[in-house]
Amino acid sequence: MKKLAIAGLAALPVLFVSQAFAAETINAAGATFPAPIYQKWFEEFHKLHPDVQINYQPIGSGGGIKQLTEGTVDFGASDMPMTDQQIGAMKVHPLHFPTVLGGVVLTYNIPGVSQSLKFTPDVIAGIYLGQITKWNDSKIKAQNPGLNLPGSDIVVVHRSDGSGTTFVFTDYLSKVSGEWKGKVGANTSVQWPAGLGGKGNDGVAGLVKQTPGSVGYVELIYAVNNHMPYGQVKNAAGKYVTASFDTVTAAAASVKDMPRDFRVSITNAPGAGAYPISTFTWLLIPSRIADANKRNEIAEFLKWMLGPGQKDAQPLSYAPLPKSVVNAEMKQIADIK
Amino acid sequence: MATAPPAVLPPPSKTYSARLRGGDEVAWAITLFFASVVLAITALLVYELWIWGLPAEKKFGFGFLTSRMWNPVEEQFGALPFIYGTVLTSVIALFISVPLGVGAAIYLSELAVPKLSNSLTFLVELLAAVPSVIFGLLAIFTLVPLMRDYVEPGLKAAFGFIPLFSGPTYGVGYLTAGVILAIMTFPFIISVSREALLSVPREQREAALALGATKWESTYQVVVPFAKLGIMGSIFLGLARALGETMAVTMVIGNDPSIHASLFAPGYTIAAVIANEFTEATGNVYPAALVELGLVLFLITIVINGLARLLIIVTSGKGTAKA
Repeated sequence: MKKLAIAGLAALPVLFVSQAFAAETINAAGATFPAPIYQKWFEEFHKLHPDVQINYQPIGSGGGIKQLTEGTVDFGASDMPMTDQQIGAMKVHPLHFPTVLGGVVLTYNIPGVSQSLKFTPDVIAGIYLGQITKWNDSKIKAQNPGLNLPGSDIVVVHRSDGSGTTFVFTDYLSKVSGEWKGKVGANTSVQWPAGLGGKGNDGVAGLVKQTPGSVGYVELIYAVNNHMPYGQVKNAAGKYVTASFDTVTAAAASVKDMPRDFRVSITNAPGAGAYPISTFTWLLIPSRIADANKRNEIAEFLKWMLGPGQKDAQPLSYAPLPKSVVNAEMKQIADIK
Repeated sequence: MATAPPAVLPPPSKTYSARLRGGDEVAWAITLFFASVVLAITALLVYELWIWGLPAEKKFGFGFLTSRMWNPVEEQFGALPFIYGTVLTSVIALFISVPLGVGAAIYLSELAVPKLSNSLTFLVELLAAVPSVIFGLLAIFTLVPLMRDYVEPGLKAAFGFIPLFSGPTYGVGYLTAGVILAIMTFPFIISVSREALLSVPREQREAALALGATKWESTYQVVVPFAKLGIMGSIFLGLARALGETMAVTMVIGNDPSIHASLFAPGYTIAAVIANEFTEATGNVYPAALVELGLVLFLITIVINGLARLLIIVTSGKGTAKA
């Protein structure tokens, strides 16, 4: 505890120094998944506009929405689109701005299998419903004829903490499996029919690495950065697709009727090259900002983020937005009044 | 308790102003204020937990305590699996750490040579100061494989006919959480028990030895009973840590909100589910249910502490010395 306190004290002067130069301080809070790139963007933007300082607290999507509703932050961030009910609770209508894309992959630890495993939507739902319990189940074998799958039990691992990752994964399962939709549904936390819970991507990854015969889901960037094996997933067009920046971006580009407010799930997207367990992450900007200075600066930031800022996405392992979405978002900036 | 009058009242012969000048009144008022802060914080805590939990309290009533449901999608919540997991892991922890901790404390205070005792005590206190997340990491990387590959299969082979020791062995679950809690609580038990044993007056030991008792007889029949209250206190301190421990437990318990008979099965504790789900809990009822769980944990602590006091009152009447 003492060490923590000392570390906290040591960080204080840094905070004060960085704020001392800022004429305008904008506060934001929300999702943890895009936090690394948001911090980077706000820092870069501060270099270009030394008079603007944006503070971002990665407290979780739920917390971001809560704080935005209570008006304690200037804008929020979320890994899932706000529901109609949540929007109804707000005094000022929020605009959704997709910023980058992420994917969720299935990682596994099967002794004797080092090749990439192929998953169909049925198999994923069956495993997570606790109905497919052995690795040599005929449904898995049929898609992976060359692999020597053992007859051991499948140990299912999921996230125990509420997270946007779980939302994307369960949203996908709800779309591809009627049984999942009826029994479990989609949310940041759900009542899992089977398996062990690990806290955070690292918790899930740790359990999977430790437990022979296990399978778990983690964010694509986490799997890439930690060199974890992950499977291919059969998409809506019937093709097996490996998650990557390109296939995740392709999923966003293949959504045909992009709604005007960008509140859209892009799981199970129709494109042939689309990775099916993909998602946007959003900034939630109030449509009315009374302070003209703040309004201009936030608009300024959004323009920069959608333009040069997108180049920062890939080095930090996020998939950039497709052109079509960027263009539509540029138009939406004018709606901030 | 906090508002009890001072033990020593000022002599009535002095006037009020004299007492004021002497500082007695001021000291009384100031220390009374400090003591009542404890009471105020406790009351405020209960009040706030109650207020923020209202949506869940209204929706579920007392059924919250007996429901096994934990479904954020349909907003159906119940506390039973978490109460079960919290109490069970703490019981496992004490089952292991009490004999270990009290035994070690007896050795350190009574039997070990002073040099060894001092250096070991230093290590024990160091262990008590390690942040819990470190224990959690230790548990994930060392304890879990050990439990999965050796301890749990061993227990299963020996006692597999009892439901407690049956079922698949994942390495994470109630038992592993209990073991890591035992490792975390026993430095507290050693440290406080040792202090209690050391504070037993020298005359007590000398009297026992003079009556012809051996070293062990004097320790076991005179010193330990004399320090019983202190040792009990150390156990409750350990128990309090076990009940509220969050990080290390959530890393190894498996985080499954259901009730299993087997100690090898994954479970959940109250502190762990709050830490896991609160940040992303949206809506009205979901966060309120988590707050209400906090209230339940608080009540469990009160009930257990009350039972502990009762136990002390009942047992301390049986002819042993009071500390």
